[in-house]
Amino acid sequence: MDISASVLTYFLIPAVKAVVVVILVATAAGVLTYIERRTLAFLQVRKGPNRVGPEGILQFVADVVKLLTKEDVVPAKAQHFIHFLAPVLVMVPGLAVFAVLPWGPEFTMRIPGLGKITTAWYAADLNVSLLLVLAITSVGIYGIILGGWASNSKYALLGGLRSAAQLISYEVPMGFAVVSAILMARSLSLVEIVEAQRTHQMWFILPGLVSFFLYFVSGVAETNRIPFDLPEAESELVAGFHTEYSGFRWAIFFLTEYANMITISAIATALFFGGWLRPFPSVHALAFLDVVPPVLWYVLKVSCFLFVYIWFRGTFPRYRFDQLMALGWKTLIPISLTNLVLVALAALGGFRGLRILGIVLWGAAIGAFLIVTRLRAAKPPAAKTAPASVRARAAEA
Amino acid sequence: MSETVGTAGSVPETRDTMLGLREMELNFGPQHPSTHGVLRIVLKVDGERIVSARPDVGYLHRGTEKLFETETYPMVIPHTDRLDYVAAATNNHAYCLTVEKLLGLEIPKRAQYIRIVLDEMQRISSHLLWLATAAIDLGAITPFFYTFREREVILDLFEDYCGARLTLNCMRVGGLQEDLTPGWLEKLRAFTEDLGSKIDEYEDLLTENRIWKMRTVGVGILTTERCIAWGVTGPPLRAAGLAWDVRRALPYECYPELDFEIPTGKNADTYDRYLVRIAELRQSRRILLQCCDWLAANPTGEIRGKVPRVIKPPAGDAYASVESPKGELGFYLVSNGGNKPYRLRVRPPSFINLQALPEMARGHMVSDLVAIIGTIDIVLGEVDR
Repeated sequence: MDISASVLTYFLIPAVKAVVVVILVATAAGVLTYIERRTLAFLQVRKGPNRVGPEGILQFVADVVKLLTKEDVVPAKAQHFIHFLAPVLVMVPGLAVFAVLPWGPEFTMRIPGLGKITTAWYAADLNVSLLLVLAITSVGIYGIILGGWASNSKYALLGGLRSAAQLISYEVPMGFAVVSAILMARSLSLVEIVEAQRTHQMWFILPGLVSFFLYFVSGVAETNRIPFDLPEAESELVAGFHTEYSGFRWAIFFLTEYANMITISAIATALFFGGWLRPFPSVHALAFLDVVPPVLWYVLKVSCFLFVYIWFRGTFPRYRFDQLMALGWKTLIPISLTNLVLVALAALGGFRGLRILGIVLWGAAIGAFLIVTRLRAAKPPAAKTAPASVRARAAEA
Repeated sequence: MSETVGTAGSVPETRDTMLGLREMELNFGPQHPSTHGVLRIVLKVDGERIVSARPDVGYLHRGTEKLFETETYPMVIPHTDRLDYVAAATNNHAYCLTVEKLLGLEIPKRAQYIRIVLDEMQRISSHLLWLATAAIDLGAITPFFYTFREREVILDLFEDYCGARLTLNCMRVGGLQEDLTPGWLEKLRAFTEDLGSKIDEYEDLLTENRIWKMRTVGVGILTTERCIAWGVTGPPLRAAGLAWDVRRALPYECYPELDFEIPTGKNADTYDRYLVRIAELRQSRRILLQCCDWLAANPTGEIRGKVPRVIKPPAGDAYASVESPKGELGFYLVSNGGNKPYRLRVRPPSFINLQALPEMARGHMVSDLVAIIGTIDIVLGEVDR
């Protein structure tokens, strides 16, 4: 390999990829805010942004321009340096994680004058990329805590404290959920985990039903989204940790939240939904689905999760702080530990073990669902908790 | 209000002060998304647990009661609109009832029915607004848009009837200014019949929602005894199990002729207050349908009694009250025989219900305070006057 080729492989292509990833992520987060507003508007019988550009698609550009030109107010007694540092601490890990997200497989392309180049739809494939993801995303918490503390505002402080407790608590079940995926794939590399789902001939959602559930719930909590948006609970803490942020620093918090949503959804896709693989990767009858490029499969799956995020926001009220902690420590962590043991035992049996676990889990889930719906249908709703007189009146009216 | 709330210091110190860990004082409002106006609450919090909550009112004080004394009797009515500004009709009604009581006026039947229609529409719109804001306080943003869709129809109907949407000024001493406009009753009936399914929609979103129940069941309990001790009326009292409703307890207009129930709860918590208000929406709908029937069967009639040109009640005093959406709204009028009230005192349900806030909030989390403020259903225009 001559020098120019190694410069190309080890420096130029990664650099280009890095730039492209950052630009793409920033744009995607912006577009996501627009999509969220339109989807919410649809759920809430209203129109949403529809003035700037066709169907309002350029609204996020207008918002960014507005925020960039806004005055940046820093409270008088704030810790200026830390107040400045906090958004950076939040943003950098949020973007850095994107380096290892596997959006598609390796591919070869021909560049005029340089010949054939084999590269991939990801910036880097580390053999410990999942560890990297967990490590880097937890750094973002510091930004939130420091931002809340440095603002010299009680509301921001409470928001920062809440997020510290919340994020630390939900890292644990999230970590266990990720570990179960690692056990299934026997690798820490996201690319290899996706490939393992091809060799196992099934998406890991089959044996990883519980793991996925745990991962996604913790993921919603990690990204501070409803129903777990306590650090910025608008109706309680005004705006939580970013109460005293304005202008573009606030925009950084805001955009990073959306970037984190994409990260969580992308990792859930890679771990449990076959990444860039088409549905049923081993069934040849479905080979016609391969016309859709792998990257599009990935984006499609991620979009579904993002929609669920937005759907949650349109549906759920917010948990209370102590209830959130109780849910994390008393419910999710015991479930995740039990699940980990089950997955580990199944993984001992290799491919067959995992498949049996998957069938048992899905059978149990579907059975429980059917029983619950049967029970619900048997007794009228609200009968259990509604006070007697209220129930009688409501029924006859 | 501060003298009624001697909670500071009555709660024992919970943490070791030697470590320098003490309660933090948190200024909740007057500018805050969840205080529903310019209410300020001085909180002492231990972490996020409320040690004491002291409401500080008066940021919207406009001297309305003094202003009443400078206006002639008919001119007082627009001022009453601005007390509970999301329920102007019941304010007008309570004031007119008081003056009519002192004058000994008789109100034509048709006017009575139209007044009840306006009252019940107002109750529905006020409860819808309450549901919207209470849900948004707990993080559920979607019910807001659903309830406002229906509230908009009611406001349009008000606009058709009297030209105003919020500050209605729609009642007069002795009856009403205007009869119903043609076609109005049909529009009202169409809306009312539709409302039932809309209420089901709100219930689908909230009633059996686990998080909603976690946030409301057992939060902000105020028992019947404590309600009576504080003078709390309206949905909070009924949610505590006492079926006290001015429309039945001290009947006015033709409410005795109408068939409706008084919904009550038993747990006296935020969830029961929610259920009671939802059930009240359905009852108001029932009343409206009956009124529509009566008004359709009796399409003409007097809408104003025999009122003297200049209203000069005889010297004396009178108290009359109505069941406003928030509770018992009363006016106490002292007349010296002149054409202006000598003194007109309002019994505002929001203010009196708000007094129970410290008791309801103590020991709860900051998040619960938001739920509790929402569940009392205050309007600062009425609290401060």
